[in-house]
Amino acid sequence: MINKKVNSVQDALIGIKDNMTFMLGGFGLSGIPENAIAELVKSNITGITCISNNAGVDDFGLGLLLQNHQIKKMVSSYVGENDEFERQMLSGELDVELIPQGTLAERCRAAQAGFPAIFTPAGFGTEVAQGKETREFDGKMYVLEHAFKADFAFVKAWKGDEAGNLIFKGTARNFNPNMCGAARITVAEVEDLVPLGTLDPNQIHIPGIFIQRIFQGEIYEKRIEQRTVRQKVES
Amino acid sequence: MLDKNGIAKRIAQEVEDGNYVNLGIGIPTLVANYVRTDIEVEFQSENGVLGMGPFPFDGEEDADIINAGKQTITTLPGSSFFDSAMSFSMIRGQHVDLTILGAMEVAENGDIANWKIPGKMVKGMGGAMDLVASADNIIVAMMHTNKRGESKLLSTCSLPLTGVGCVKKVVTNLAVLDVTKNGFKLIERAPGVSIEDIKNATQGTLIIEGDIPEMNL
Repeated sequence: MINKKVNSVQDALIGIKDNMTFMLGGFGLSGIPENAIAELVKSNITGITCISNNAGVDDFGLGLLLQNHQIKKMVSSYVGENDEFERQMLSGELDVELIPQGTLAERCRAAQAGFPAIFTPAGFGTEVAQGKETREFDGKMYVLEHAFKADFAFVKAWKGDEAGNLIFKGTARNFNPNMCGAARITVAEVEDLVPLGTLDPNQIHIPGIFIQRIFQGEIYEKRIEQRTVRQKVES
Repeated sequence: MLDKNGIAKRIAQEVEDGNYVNLGIGIPTLVANYVRTDIEVEFQSENGVLGMGPFPFDGEEDADIINAGKQTITTLPGSSFFDSAMSFSMIRGQHVDLTILGAMEVAENGDIANWKIPGKMVKGMGGAMDLVASADNIIVAMMHTNKRGESKLLSTCSLPLTGVGCVKKVVTNLAVLDVTKNGFKLIERAPGVSIEDIKNATQGTLIIEGDIPEMNL
C-alpha cells in the first residue's frame, strides 16, 4: 500500500503559491472541499485561478476566497447567488470565463485521462465557440475544447482510506471524481478516513492512484443552499 | 391564458412512457407534478442523479442529495447517482429523450437564448448549452411575452445564444407552437385566448393553418 495520508489540512496544502490554478469539486455548496477552502482563506495567497462549477455564496464556499480578494479568475458554468462575485465581475476586478457545465466536466476528465482536447457540440454557434477551432463530424458541428491544466485539485469525498481510495455520497459526487488526477497534485479530504481494508474494492469510485494526499476533514458544515421540503399530511 | 402551472400541465402531455427526461429550473420543474401516473418516466438532474423523487419531508432533507436548482430532493427506487462527466455523457450521448427548459427568447429557426443579458445579468449557462446542443427533443416552457410586454418569439434572437436551431416546440401561457423550417406553427390556443391575441404577442413568423383547437387540459 502506498500511503497518501497526511495528518492535517496544513500538510495537505504544502506547496500552494500565489498565481496558481486550482480545481475545486462541488456543485453549488454540495460536495465542496470545505476544509481546504478554509485553509486557502487562512493562507492569504492571491492571484488564484479557480476551476469550479460555481463560485459559492457570499459567506460560504468559494465566496470566502472572493470576499478576501484572493481570486483573480473564475472558470465556471454558473455563478448566480453571489453578490460579491457579481460586483467584482462587473467592476473588472475579477476575470470570469463561463463555459458549459458538460464542457467543464469533460475538460477535467480529459486532463485526468491524458487527452489534450475534446470535440463537443455544446456552445457551437454561440459566443462560447468564438476563436475556437470547429469541425464537422457526420453532418454536425463541434467545438474543440482543451484539457485543463491545474496545479492542485481539491476534492471532497464521503469515505476514503490511506491508499487514497474514495467513495462519494449522493449528488455530492458531481465534479469531484472528474478532477481526481486532473491536476499536478490532487488533495482529497474525506468525512470519514477509514482503516485500510475496510472499503470494499468493488465499491471504490476513485482508485487511490489518482490521489497524492488524503486527509480527514475536521469540520463539515454541509450547508444547504435551497432547503425545499413537503409537509406530511395527517391521515 | 395559462399560469406557470398550466404551462407545466400542458407540457406534461408531451412526456411519453419510457422517457428519460431532464427538467430545467423554473416552470419545467413543475412538469413533474403533472405527468400521468400510468406511465413510467425517470427524471434526470444534470448535477448527477437519475430517478429523482419529490421534495423530502421536513427534517429529512440531506445536503448531499440535491437537484440542479440546488434544492433538496429525494430519490425513487431504481435511482442512481453519478459524476458530472457521466451525467453529460447521458445528455451529449442522446440517452436522455426529452429536455424541457426555460428561455428568454426563441427564434423562428429554433435558436434559443437563456443565459445572459449583456451588462445586466450574467449567471452563466450551467448545463443548458450541453442540453440544447445534443437533445433530440427540446421543448421550451416560457411566458409568451417578457415583463415589458415584448414578444419572446422572435424572427431572430437579440440576446447571446445558448444554442442554434435546436428548439422543436414552445409552450407558452398563450399557445403551443411547433418550430418548423418556415417559422412558428400554431398548434393549440390556451383556454380563452384568441388567434388575434397570439398574433399580437408573436414577433416572429407565425403560421396558422386551418382550425386551431383550444388546449385540452
